[in-house]
Amino acid sequence: MWSWVLHRITGVAIFFFLLVHVLDTALVRLSPEAYNAVISTYKIPLIGLAELGLVAAILFHALNGVRVILIDFWRKGVKYQNVMFWIVIAIAAIAFLGFAPRHLSHVFGFEI
Amino acid sequence: MATEFEELGAVPSFTVTLFVRRFNPEDGQEARWQDFDVEVHGTDRVLDALHKIKWEMDGSLTFRRSCAHGVCGSDAMRINGRNRLACKTLVKDLDITQPIYVEPIKGLAVEKDLVVDMNPFYQAYRDIKPFLIASDKPEKERLQSAAQHSKFEDTTKCILCAACTTSCPVFWTDGQYFGPAAIVNAHRFIFDSRDEAAEVRIDILNDKEGVWRCRTTFNCTEACPRGIEVTKAIAEVKQAILRGKP
Ligand code: SF4
Ligand code: FES
Repeated sequence: MWSWVLHRITGVAIFFFLLVHVLDTALVRLSPEAYNAVISTYKIPLIGLAELGLVAAILFHALNGVRVILIDFWRKGVKYQNVMFWIVIAIAAIAFLGFAPRHLSHVFGFEI
Repeated sequence: MATEFEELGAVPSFTVTLFVRRFNPEDGQEARWQDFDVEVHGTDRVLDALHKIKWEMDGSLTFRRSCAHGVCGSDAMRINGRNRLACKTLVKDLDITQPIYVEPIKGLAVEKDLVVDMNPFYQAYRDIKPFLIASDKPEKERLQSAAQHSKFEDTTKCILCAACTTSCPVFWTDGQYFGPAAIVNAHRFIFDSRDEAAEVRIDILNDKEGVWRCRTTFNCTEACPRGIEVTKAIAEVKQAILRGKP
């Protein structure tokens, strides 16, 4: 249940990011100045934290997607679905903990 | 001495509060919660508590039950947010410091109180042809090895209580979906070596509203009072469709 709920939430969140991302990238074709202006507004801590959330969402969604594929196509997938859920959480957490300090040091301008 | 022994063997009783979802199509009111304080024994099930309400407090309370022993599948309801059989749920196993919430299973139209319209559920069951289809007319029984039987043994246990189908978020939003119970019963014949119409059922379930609607939420597996691995059965049917045969 919760893996499914999380998968939907992260999926929708990633969709909205992609929507904005496609729009702002498309701006470069209209005018490079406008593109630069928009991108420079992203360089604030709030967006930095949102990026952190985005990475967490993508990590979970991508890894859980692999889990869902295995449930459907691997004979033992259903049997190990719960174990695989925790493996997904573990890998996502490790990758996230590797990413977060580096990213935050860029956003807030400190050394690690 | 006698009193001491009585106390030793006595079943403790306690009072619980039940919030029951009431709906009467004839009084023109919306569905609402009604609370009852019920004195129950430690050995009582939710069904016994409902009986007590119906027999001693409010005769208008409406719910289905028949066997009262987990065999007929008529009393599936949502108890504390989970689908279960009222006759297989001991009150003491729930958190009795809190009120117990009892409501009809979701996704099917409520007819009165805890009774829902099961027709769409049965229709999906009928649609998958839940009977043996064989061309020969044997003089004796059709033989089957233990290994052949083990392929579908799990799904023969279904009692059509609808706990699985009405715990499925896909079914809640799309009532056209066949639902886990229909797929479980299709599985029971698809993997039966004596049956000859596996391809027909595979074709029926290879539909927009068939097995591909399953998003592996696993609610059905958790809900099944018979302990059937429902999601596993659905996954096996998916794989059978990809292979084109069981
Ligand atoms: S599979 Fe289990 S939950 Fe679903 S209808 Fe059959 S017995 Fe009930
Ligand atoms: S009353 Fe028959 S299963 Fe509960």
